[in-house]
Amino acid sequence: MAEERKFGWGPRKDNVLIGKSIQRIDGFEKVSGKAQYTADINTPGTLYAKLLTCTHAHAKLKKLDVEPAKKIPGVRAVYIFPAGDLKAEGAGEIFWDGTLIAAVAADRPEIAEDGVKAIIAEYEVLDHIVDEEDLKAAEAKGATKAVGKNAKGKVEDALKTAKHVHKGYYGVHTISHMCLEPHGTHCEWKADEVLDIHASTQNVSGLAGQFAGPLGIDAAKVLVTANFEGGGFGSKFAADEWGIAAAKMAKETGKPVKLMLDRATELKAAGTRPSGYIDVTLGADETGKIVAWDSHHWGSGGISGGSIPVGGIPYVFDFENRSRTATQLNCNVGPTRAWRAPPHPQLCILTHCAIDDLAMKMGKDSYDVFLTNLEQTAGTAAHLPETYKAEMEIAAKLIGWKEKWHPHGKDAGKGAVKRGLGMALHTWGGGAGGCACNVKIHADGSVESFVGSQDIGTGTRTVIAITLAETFGLPLTAIKVNLGSNQYPASAASGGSITVGGVSGAHRRAAQTALWKIFDLVAAKYKVDAGTLAAKEGSIVSGDKKVCTWKQASMLLGPMGLETKGEGPAEDGLTSSRVGGVQMADVSVDSETGIVRINKYVAVQDCGLIIDELTAKSQIYGAVIMGIAYALSEERVMDKKTGRYINADLQNYKLPRIGDIGEIVVNIYQPDSEYSRGVIGLGEPPVISPGAAISNAVANALGVRVPVVPLTPQRVLAALSKSKGGAA
Amino acid sequence: MAKKRIVSTTINGTQKDFLCEPRQTLLEVLRDSLDMTGTKEGCSNGNCGACTVHLDGRPVVSCLVLAVEADGATVETIEGVACNGQLHPLQDSFLNNAALQCGICTPGFIMQAKSLLAENPNPSEHDIRFYLAGNLCRCTGYDKIVRAVQDAAGKMSGCCSEAKV
Repeated sequence: MAEERKFGWGPRKDNVLIGKSIQRIDGFEKVSGKAQYTADINTPGTLYAKLLTCTHAHAKLKKLDVEPAKKIPGVRAVYIFPAGDLKAEGAGEIFWDGTLIAAVAADRPEIAEDGVKAIIAEYEVLDHIVDEEDLKAAEAKGATKAVGKNAKGKVEDALKTAKHVHKGYYGVHTISHMCLEPHGTHCEWKADEVLDIHASTQNVSGLAGQFAGPLGIDAAKVLVTANFEGGGFGSKFAADEWGIAAAKMAKETGKPVKLMLDRATELKAAGTRPSGYIDVTLGADETGKIVAWDSHHWGSGGISGGSIPVGGIPYVFDFENRSRTATQLNCNVGPTRAWRAPPHPQLCILTHCAIDDLAMKMGKDSYDVFLTNLEQTAGTAAHLPETYKAEMEIAAKLIGWKEKWHPHGKDAGKGAVKRGLGMALHTWGGGAGGCACNVKIHADGSVESFVGSQDIGTGTRTVIAITLAETFGLPLTAIKVNLGSNQYPASAASGGSITVGGVSGAHRRAAQTALWKIFDLVAAKYKVDAGTLAAKEGSIVSGDKKVCTWKQASMLLGPMGLETKGEGPAEDGLTSSRVGGVQMADVSVDSETGIVRINKYVAVQDCGLIIDELTAKSQIYGAVIMGIAYALSEERVMDKKTGRYINADLQNYKLPRIGDIGEIVVNIYQPDSEYSRGVIGLGEPPVISPGAAISNAVANALGVRVPVVPLTPQRVLAALSKSKGGAA
Repeated sequence: MAKKRIVSTTINGTQKDFLCEPRQTLLEVLRDSLDMTGTKEGCSNGNCGACTVHLDGRPVVSCLVLAVEADGATVETIEGVACNGQLHPLQDSFLNNAALQCGICTPGFIMQAKSLLAENPNPSEHDIRFYLAGNLCRCTGYDKIVRAVQDAAGKMSGCCSEAKV
């Protein structure tokens, strides 16, 4: 029988759990307050650490005196970060507001704050540049660097012969990750120099080495635990210098140290998504087919790079004649980290707003122009044109595109509030990440999984439980999932939508391997053909006939039970990659106040085989909310005069509240052809399109492009004023 | 360092006496001294609602309440919402409606929503969005939270004792 046994998913119609809407298995802990996050770890004697950061954008640290802090009763340790270490070679120059200078660990948080306030830091303030949008000003200061340039075809000739040519400027400002649970660690040294770390991390299996190196210990002596995590969005892969600081202060004091970032430092230092701006000229023939693209984009990822690379523009589409140039601005702003689908949201805005304006110039329906050009997405993946076409049809029906669409700026309504529609497309890989797991079947029939992955809120635990329960024909309650520890088999970091494919593929392989062994034992015991056996509803069956219960089958394993290993990814069809996705926005814009409201937002998303439709949809809802945030209100505001990040708190860092979101409609595109593709990750793709889709809807409402996202009332009014000949 | 004060309070129906400094917040004492970490810290300046608890029946952001203000008061936290392992209808609805992902904001939302339903057992969608406007969620999608609260209100209507809790 062995040669017929191949890893794979069962027929879709036979699934009991896979593809259904199933509650997350760790929900009870979360709604009852029992879920323990890193910030909740309070082992006896824990010290609390607070941070001193530099508040200048560019400065020379002239003096740092931490002795006053050390004299405060209750202060147990003071740690100086490399940027504050005046003894280090080349030290002392600070390049951005939020740079870590020192940390103080004390018996109580407020005593640590007293310690921070007591530290004397003196700076010589230097010239800075924080305006990421003003390319000319940056060039004048010598703060730019060419990132790359490449071209194909004959761009100039194509633009000369194009029937329609549009020249535009677009941009998107920097945002912070703003994880509601800040970055941080709880570090405790145990016997035999073992460092026990609880970390808010997306990278349980990959952190040990990052701690071990700077601490001068073996990675084998670093235990990492992350049972629950309050968001990461791509910013929590590293040990980080504050993690090292906590470990060193714990070592120095002989006590556990907890260092969670305060909200301002979280916003300033723990990750941002780089800005992007573009000057673009594009041309189309009489049918609306885009025949030429010529662009120069720029932005800043901070003082040491990390801006949007030259590739990827134009986004999703590629045109026969295309030229692109990229420039990086080295600004005195905090550094970037991967932010959910990097850098697709920016690329989408910079490309699809330009395409929409070209449609406006042609007097065509934006839907038709996107549709006309779908074939030019085939370079990204051959199946995408067909997927986009199907998803556009679904999205258009759900939002009522044909009924509601009007030419740009031609809303028939007479009042100040104008309504409009916009759309955008996106793509993402989402292939399975590396994963190893052990699945153990105990002699009493209970099932456990051990995997060094993490559940960052996406539902990883639930996906694993569903995969195992479906394979073994058991209820979810029969499965115990153990994850969030580097003591379990190593699994890749959760980033780039690779986790669901990684863990589901590996667990399916481990489970099928185990099941085949059990079938062989059952076949021998009950004199049936192993090839006819299946696991269903807590039993082993042969056709319609029940052979034995799952428990009876498990007893055949003997007292040690059975442990099988699963690995991945593999080319066996359980997982694959590359999705599309179409989103459409219906907005109302008050032309007197500049306020944009979302009436309805439709997200249609393909992602192969769905394990749990409920958590999959949650990912899409959440992504759309994040998208509405950066489309309408969310941005890092840098004060040009002082160089400071002036809205680094949750009052002024404007995120949408529950009353700011309109109707959201989520539709997962899942014909049988998607099921047969296997599992593909979902976290990134739906967060890509909202900026462009909403900007295009506002342009449709007003007949005027608000060029830079987020579309704050101020920017909407400025764009309207400029269109009427006023000051921008 | 200021002299510590004795605070006598009732938390989730149980008499609790604790020592604290005058400048310590209720949030800090709950989490660090009493090890009741179900109440979360999001921003420490009253802007995210993650630390919402009930003080004498009113929802407050516990990061802006001094622990000494709880003297003689009753406090209810997320740990007191479920009873003997039996989830409150609101908790059940948050689960059924997938109104949570990472879960950091969830205790605060549930405490605020519980207060809403005690005041207004049949809130409109507008009422829900208005009352919960002080609570911030970064990753779930507010829509599902609205549905969860509506669902819970439906389940609790006709059950006076639940509506008043």
